Amino acid sequence: MNYVASVLFLLSAVGFIFGLRMLRAPATARKGNMVSAGGMLAAIVGTLLVTIDQGHFNTLAALTVLGGIAVGTAIGIPAAKLVKMTAMPEMVALFNGFGGIASLLIGWGQTQEAVAHASNLAEVEDKLIALTGGQPNVVTLATFLAVLIGGITFTGSVVAWGKLSEHLTSKPVLYPGQNVVNGLAVLGSIALGIWFTMQPDQIWLLYIIIPLSFVLGVAVVIPIGGGDMPVVISLLNSYSGLAACAAGFAVNSPLLIIIGALVGASGLILTRIMCVAMNRSLGNVLFSGFGAVSTTGGITATGEKKEARILSPQDAYFVLEAAQSVIFVPGYGMAVAQAQHAVKQLADLLVKNGCDVKHVIHPVAGRMPGHMNVLLAEANVEYDQLAVPEDINPSMESVDVAIVIGANDVVNPAALTDKASPIYGMPIIEVHRARAVFTLKRSLASGYAGIDNPLFYLSNNSMVLGDAKKTIEALIAEFKAED
Amino acid sequence: MYLTLALVFLLAMFLGLELIRKVPSQLHTPLMSGSNAISGICIIGAMALAPLTEDNLFALLLSSAAVAFAAINVVGGYVVTDRMLAMFQSKKGESK
Repeated sequence: MNYVASVLFLLSAVGFIFGLRMLRAPATARKGNMVSAGGMLAAIVGTLLVTIDQGHFNTLAALTVLGGIAVGTAIGIPAAKLVKMTAMPEMVALFNGFGGIASLLIGWGQTQEAVAHASNLAEVEDKLIALTGGQPNVVTLATFLAVLIGGITFTGSVVAWGKLSEHLTSKPVLYPGQNVVNGLAVLGSIALGIWFTMQPDQIWLLYIIIPLSFVLGVAVVIPIGGGDMPVVISLLNSYSGLAACAAGFAVNSPLLIIIGALVGASGLILTRIMCVAMNRSLGNVLFSGFGAVSTTGGITATGEKKEARILSPQDAYFVLEAAQSVIFVPGYGMAVAQAQHAVKQLADLLVKNGCDVKHVIHPVAGRMPGHMNVLLAEANVEYDQLAVPEDINPSMESVDVAIVIGANDVVNPAALTDKASPIYGMPIIEVHRARAVFTLKRSLASGYAGIDNPLFYLSNNSMVLGDAKKTIEALIAEFKAED
Repeated sequence: MYLTLALVFLLAMFLGLELIRKVPSQLHTPLMSGSNAISGICIIGAMALAPLTEDNLFALLLSSAAVAFAAINVVGGYVVTDRMLAMFQSKKGESK
């Protein structure tokens, strides 16, 4: 064993742990990311050293390993640099999927290598021992898990990417017997997995398990509505860690096991935070096809359609001009309209006008955990202007105007009152108790989750229809005209 | 040997749960994106495997594809996270 490599691996583990730790606080987060990247570099250099030490590092190996890294870097850097901040969730989903497919390919590649020059089970097992130094059945079980979880992560992430970038419908896709079909697919892959674990020379089993894992990945994500995307993204993130962890058991790499488990656990924690923010269990998110049920919020018990009040930006300006306290409630609509810079400008004008301004961010607003925070940070909104629902809800009555920008479900009062509503019980930002609410929206259609919003028909609410960015720019123009 | 690895796995899971337990919500996205980059650690598995597969072209193709995909995950993940965190930081600088 190469001592330099061992030290590098130790440093790497320390780097990842401290890096994650530093990511917890805003002041140290950026440095933390660097520390974690340093850990990654140490792991990569250490692995290269081990390969060289073992005498495997000939020209072909150098070409494939370094070539692979070069290709990955050449794709990864421009993708990460060029992506718009609003398209961040789908980019992260896609990167995550690539991690998943890499774990799958490791398991597949190793099995392929083991069966290539072997004619029976004993020879395959000998080859696996030679490749990994581990016990054949543990190696093959881990290989199966790496392939299965990796494949689910891959297609699941690609579908999430498609939903987030609106290449695919963001509505839940449901069909009768879905849970039965998914259950059978899971049971089938487990059965095949056990068979493969016992007889890795039957590599054709992998050729069934791989497509099955792809189908499962799609099946897990299509029934989930757009509003639940933050949960799914965190869950897939956790999966990619677990897939890496399984690959670690497959190739017998303790560092890979440790770091994969770290990511798996942190992804689970984030998933839990997101579920708590929506007051729903993980099982409910995964299996209920949330948002497929449509409630009748806009229609009263007598079936009479309510009217929403429409306000022009000019009229909205007169109210804002006199307001002492204004809150902004951003949602995915702000991201779509790219309105964050205009929001910041309007907030500045309001502050100049002597008004108290807060941006209230719901934990699941947007399509990714903390999505709105990233956008407002991009627009340089001050940290002390940010608030969470618990800060504002108790004093909501003293808020003069709540401006809802492309948010819907997180301000839907049905979550508090309507037991039939699919979002009943979810903590919301209770803007309906503010003195006035302006809802900026493209049309009166229901939200991303497909649920009508009774807020729109309340007497203190006014709709300002049109593109959110244009509306806010119109308000800014009104303020400037006054100066 | 596997008992040790299983223990290592368990301890790492607990460490992960403890590390992330209390995170302010504005850091959820960078944290997720940062841990996503870390999950690209499977690159070391692919790198260790690829040189061992040179006697079989198909296995070599699979393992070098694994290196490339994992590299996209690692490099892209870190760069995107850094971009996000840079925005958080510039904001802090201006507010003083």
